[in-house]
Amino acid sequence: MAPYMQHAALAGTAIAIAAGLIGYFLVLRSQVFTTDALGHVTYTGAMSGLAFAFNPLLGLFAATVAVAGGFAVLGRRARADDVVIGSTFAWVLGLGALFQRLYTEHHSSGNGRAGATYLFGSIFGISATQAVVSVFICGAVCVAMALIARPLLFASLDEAVALARGVPVRLLGAGFLIIVGVTCAQAAQAVGALLLLGLISAPAGAAHRLTTHPFVGLALAASIAVLSTWAGLLISYLVPRTPPSFAIIGVATFVYLLTFTRRPRAADARNQAAGAGHHADAPLLPDI
Amino acid sequence: MTVAASIASGNVTWSWNLLADVRDMFTYPFMVNAFRAGTIVAIVGAVVGWYMVLRKQTFAGHTLSVAAFPGAAAATLIGISATVGYFTFCVAAALVIAIASRPSRGRGFSAESAIVGTVQAFVLASGYLFATLYNGLLSGLNNQLFGFTFGITDDQVITLGGVAVLVLAVLAIIGRRLFFASIDTDVADARGVGVRLLGVLFLLVLGAAAAEASQITGALLVFALLVMPAAVAQRVTARPVAGIVLAVLIGVAATWGGLTMAYYTSYPSGFCITTFAFAAFIAVHRVRASA
Repeated sequence: MAPYMQHAALAGTAIAIAAGLIGYFLVLRSQVFTTDALGHVTYTGAMSGLAFAFNPLLGLFAATVAVAGGFAVLGRRARADDVVIGSTFAWVLGLGALFQRLYTEHHSSGNGRAGATYLFGSIFGISATQAVVSVFICGAVCVAMALIARPLLFASLDEAVALARGVPVRLLGAGFLIIVGVTCAQAAQAVGALLLLGLISAPAGAAHRLTTHPFVGLALAASIAVLSTWAGLLISYLVPRTPPSFAIIGVATFVYLLTFTRRPRAADARNQAAGAGHHADAPLLPDI
Repeated sequence: MTVAASIASGNVTWSWNLLADVRDMFTYPFMVNAFRAGTIVAIVGAVVGWYMVLRKQTFAGHTLSVAAFPGAAAATLIGISATVGYFTFCVAAALVIAIASRPSRGRGFSAESAIVGTVQAFVLASGYLFATLYNGLLSGLNNQLFGFTFGITDDQVITLGGVAVLVLAVLAIIGRRLFFASIDTDVADARGVGVRLLGVLFLLVLGAAAAEASQITGALLVFALLVMPAAVAQRVTARPVAGIVLAVLIGVAATWGGLTMAYYTSYPSGFCITTFAFAAFIAVHRVRASA
């Protein structure tokens, strides 16, 4: 296997696991739109690095985490409303267009691709160092998620009861958004600013359709994300004209589509109905 | 286009004689067309966007907006008119979202956001594939993604106008019922208003509006003209007619201001328009927060 393929597989696997885990919670909390916004912010961050001549990955990382923090502070109960998110990222993207213009004006030769690389990713261009950094950062994301998974689940399913039981709902929500920001910054390097949304929402959506058991669901979301990434890399390797990010998102979408052919079982349907009601403990019961 | 290029690089200077400035600006046909098209798009975007914000469908709106990109890329790849590509993809995406996300009616857990997110990522990925296949990456995707406001032809303005009239006519017919269905779904349903059909119809209107707007602002910035004027208007007033009128005024003002700024500076028009709209949003947000 060529070295670039090894780096892609290593970084891709780590990123997919992190994306699957946070995706499960984002879908549960109906916060997928936040990821949409953060994805666009990664682009502007990278372009700011290029325009003002510092490391674009640094710009990408800093901008994404900063905006995630901003959403956490601005929003009521650490959940900004859709209109605030939408207006902010529409403007941030306009800013990205400006930075791109500034960059191409000062570097006239062969930069038509610079924008496309950050918008649609370049997983085959990941260096050995970047791959190792990805593994460490995504490992940290997974550890953090393992630590907050239980209380976050409680807070997501029934905020009022969790609050009454002394769960720090606001702090959890804010912490979770920062983790989402870090994951988006990593995922942008693999599948790009515009497509990371698919790596986060499709496996998680599929997992939610297959099971109502949260920990099984989390494992399933991460597994589907990893398998999509591997299958996508393989397809792109075998069919040279296929961009890897398209192949990865294509496989993930296909898996999600497959889950629609399956009828929800009666037990699932009952558990789902209970989950949206006011019984925080109901969906935690295994659905045997 | 050379004139447009020289203007885009900021060679025009601002004199303080406003009347002469405006007259100068409108001596260029491409500037006139940019203002015509921009105004049409701003009006349609504001009206449709007002309903979008009311119905809390900003995520779906954004997804339909970006569907214009694969539309344009596919049209280039197989050699058909870009307008056909835009409308096909936007309307198809609207249908997929409408069919896949059944209303949960307050019971059960709705995974609508996962569906919308997946549709969005998939259409963008398809656009990227099409662009790769026709080797469009080297020439840059800027026009499709960030718009080419200063290259609009007379024919395009006429097409835009036609679609705008159609979209506004449909909204005029379903407007009252759609408002009722958005405010109180259950009561509207009980009264025999076809809530589900209205929802599908509105997504189609949203798709058509997004397809239209994306020709001017580019697929990535359409969303700004949909969400920002409506967001400002809904923060100022809860009355429907006053809100829609206000949204239109803000949308048109931001577009005119942005186009003028783009004419006098070297900044991209998309950035200028979104900046004016966002300034209005921040201003209202501040005032509301301090009140």
